[in-house]
Amino acid sequence: MSAVVRRAALLGCIMLAGESSLIASLQWHGFVLGNYAARLDAPNGHKPASGDFLLAEERFQLKMAASASEGQMHCFVKTDLVRDEVDSDVSVDVREVYVSFAEGPLDLSIGRQIHTWGVGDLLFINDLFPKDYAALFSGRPMEYLKVGSSGVKASLYGTSLSLDVVVTPFFEADVLPSADRFFLFDPFSGLVPRVEAKPRRDLQNTEIAARLRRSVAGFDVAAYAYRGFYRIPSTQPDSPTTPTMVSLVYPKLSSYGASAQGNALGGVLSIEAGYHDSREDRDGSNPVIPNSQTRFLIGYQRSPWSDTIIGFQYYGEYMQRYRRYEASLPAGFPKQDRLRQVLTLRLMQSLKYQTWRISLFTFWSPTDHDFYAIPELAHRLSDELSLTLGANIFGGSSAATFFGQLSHNDNLYFAARYDF
Amino acid sequence: MSLTRFLGVVFAAAGMATASASPLVAEPLDATEVVNRMHKAFFYQGESLRARVKMTLSSADVKQRIRELVMLRLNMPLAGEQRYFMYFHSPGDVRGMSFLVYKYPAKEDDRWLFIPALSLVQRVAARDAGSSFVGSDFTYEDVSGRDLEADEHKLLREEDHKGKPCFVIESVAKGAASYKKRISWIDKSSYLPLREEYSDVQGKVFKEFTAGEIREVEGIPTMMTRTMKSLKTGHQTLVEFSDVRYRLALKPDDFGERSLRNPPNSWIE
Repeated sequence: MSAVVRRAALLGCIMLAGESSLIASLQWHGFVLGNYAARLDAPNGHKPASGDFLLAEERFQLKMAASASEGQMHCFVKTDLVRDEVDSDVSVDVREVYVSFAEGPLDLSIGRQIHTWGVGDLLFINDLFPKDYAALFSGRPMEYLKVGSSGVKASLYGTSLSLDVVVTPFFEADVLPSADRFFLFDPFSGLVPRVEAKPRRDLQNTEIAARLRRSVAGFDVAAYAYRGFYRIPSTQPDSPTTPTMVSLVYPKLSSYGASAQGNALGGVLSIEAGYHDSREDRDGSNPVIPNSQTRFLIGYQRSPWSDTIIGFQYYGEYMQRYRRYEASLPAGFPKQDRLRQVLTLRLMQSLKYQTWRISLFTFWSPTDHDFYAIPELAHRLSDELSLTLGANIFGGSSAATFFGQLSHNDNLYFAARYDF
Repeated sequence: MSLTRFLGVVFAAAGMATASASPLVAEPLDATEVVNRMHKAFFYQGESLRARVKMTLSSADVKQRIRELVMLRLNMPLAGEQRYFMYFHSPGDVRGMSFLVYKYPAKEDDRWLFIPALSLVQRVAARDAGSSFVGSDFTYEDVSGRDLEADEHKLLREEDHKGKPCFVIESVAKGAASYKKRISWIDKSSYLPLREEYSDVQGKVFKEFTAGEIREVEGIPTMMTRTMKSLKTGHQTLVEFSDVRYRLALKPDDFGERSLRNPPNSWIE
């Protein structure tokens, strides 16, 4: 079905492109990207299958945007042709393909598209759209953190209120670091076979996400709701003591939340909160399904002097039914805290007419005792060509925490990109 | 990272507040009134504006860079308030991005940026007026005007500049600013600034603005080209306007998230 939607969108674009008299504009753009990330340390010479490279690829992205001369009708295709040097294969990555049109107060787009909302900076509470964390951890450009989902987005714009509804019949999981390229924490022996059970392409598994937005006293205020699934799988062993097989399942999730963002204290202040309702484990007694959580963040960003950005965030995840979680956790399993806290820092300085950029983004958790830092240096040689050198540095006192488990995956990345 | 990249490209600035409407005063004009009329002629002319803007950034040692964008501007009923919308056609790393500014005379501007690759609308911190606009020699303040009250204005003399009678005005920054003193040659008939010299605390001129072609568009004298040059680095930016139109049928509500994400064809083509 997903392929059918994509093909239909593509066909629409080609038909629109064919009738040149109906086209107001047709643009072809894209880039060529060489992107490599090499491991900085490996314990005792032991390495994942990919060897020293977490990432090595050449990527050719082609974007086509067409709009009709009558009315507000567009189509957009963004497709990458990828040569992966680690796996020695070539693949096509259909990033986005959609048609869109506007009619009165309604904007409608149909097809595969990327959605983003919420006010966190690399922290997501109400943005439950698919993400590629492996891309982030191995130094791919930021746009690859977001993955497209196929479906329909409808936006209704009123005089003071706007409503967005995203309907996605085709479940898309988050892309997580894989064991063939990353050292990862695994509570079960790596030898136990895994079976992934994604939500089936049933209409009743259609995900719905909605956002209601308005301006209140200069702040952008939004309310969010989501009904669908966790995108990070839960590992369900067939036996808790001597598993012979582990199922990767995506439990049902609903979420409700709100955010506000606006100017305050000489910068931009952001506040967001959300309640994640774990529908398959509301009483918290199933140890392999996440308990319901309340998540919240407060962030502040400002420009203290020319061409500089500094930003802070405080983020918390509060686990509901914590006692039940504690009681049901099998012996030997690492225990999460009731309140996981994370602090982030963003620093960015542009130099020489913005042809150089030095930046740093760090996550640090005082409760998990782990961190993740991304220092980066980028240089723009011309309007077309840019070079980026950066690192992903992970650390933590426990191999079972979110960033701590990645502590043997420190890597140095490099990208050369030519935009056209 | 493209997220932070654009924070660097379209960057925060503050205090973009500008002159509020004040009644015309009889001759002789005082310096503040001359600057006020300059603001009206240069940043507020025609109620609303749409223009295609091409910026050429050049210096002796760096390859020439080009920024092409469309700018729309609407004056709000409340004196001094404006809304700006910009859509970037090039270069490639910012293509399709749009930038929305609500400019207020007495408080910090609201600024939003749309990054199409992430489908992300984000607020941008808007504090520093001296930040470079898209890597050019123009600051945010140079693009949309500086608060009239932020400087002490003095009429130095009246003289001809390139054959045109001008007021020569000295404006001294009252507080922290990207310059200490600015000398402006303001055309007595159009009130457009023909030349500006910016000097630092040592009194040394470090940046100069030069007006190029001025053409009547719909009866409004319009500066079609202008140059800002840094005397420190030799870097300069040439700005060329084309397809200028005034008094468009724009409503305040048109300047919102919908236009950021999905700008009307008629705005950006």
